[in-house]
Amino acid sequence: MDQDAGPVVRPYAMTQGRVAASGDFDLVAFVVATVPDLTPGVHLQPEHHAIVEAAWEPISVVELASQLDLSIGVVRVLLGDLRSAGLISLYEPPAAEQPHDVDVLKAVVNGLRAL
Amino acid sequence: MGSVRSEHSGSRIPVALKILIAGGFGVGKTTMVGSVSEIRPLQTEEILTGAEGADDLSGVEAKTTTTVTMDFGRITITDDLQLYLFGTPGQDRFWFLWDELSQGALGAVVLADTRRLADCFPSIDYFEQRGTPFVVAVNCFDTDHRFGPEAVSRALDLDPGVPVVLFDARDQKAARNVLIELVEYVARRQLASAGRR
Repeated sequence: MDQDAGPVVRPYAMTQGRVAASGDFDLVAFVVATVPDLTPGVHLQPEHHAIVEAAWEPISVVELASQLDLSIGVVRVLLGDLRSAGLISLYEPPAAEQPHDVDVLKAVVNGLRAL
Repeated sequence: MGSVRSEHSGSRIPVALKILIAGGFGVGKTTMVGSVSEIRPLQTEEILTGAEGADDLSGVEAKTTTTVTMDFGRITITDDLQLYLFGTPGQDRFWFLWDELSQGALGAVVLADTRRLADCFPSIDYFEQRGTPFVVAVNCFDTDHRFGPEAVSRALDLDPGVPVVLFDARDQKAARNVLIELVEYVARRQLASAGRR
């Protein structure tokens, strides 16, 4: 009954209403934390801590959002904060317009055949 | 392909490639993602607020938010290489999400159902316009293959060379073969365009 009314906290409340510019943080970009956990002095929210914890091993942006049950847009804003603070590294996928390497395509086909 | 290692754990950072699974509502997109993904298909959400459109919202008292859900799955090819499959949102008004999904995508699988072939026209138009390579996969829910690939290709007015395959989205091997068909098609296109240069 209560959940029918929607989340108690509006989704973008945890970003203070900030919306990320799209195009940054591709869905399949990988995120890795640069520190094991956040020092208490750093003023960040629980969601920031959750991201750093989840990103100790490399994790894609889309899996991070799914795992933490946050929308993609919210995760991007929080990742932006963490990157500015130097707490995560981001690895974007190969440039979008660049044609995919034929050797990579062959590796994909071989990998799929082995399934 | 240059994979890198993260500084602390020494874990390799894989490169991930995107494949889109498109088609009309209820044609089997989620089923296909589920049958080839190594993880249970996950969902992710994007929340749209009034700010997304160019509509003038002045005077609108209760701004509504819409949640768009995307299914995705993953296939690990090697330690350095992963495939992500994204089921595209079915409704046409979410095209802008497709723009993001298709950015840098390897290609797309357009699922078709011969009982309502027209449902996949918007997806085909979209990928043709963007130049995203795609294959058409006809999901045969029953054994009644009323139309062969050539008939489907003609009915959809596909460019010559665009592969059309019949398959069952519930069958892991069949779904995998559709992905192989797509990647081989992408490789052929790449080689052909390199030859023309």
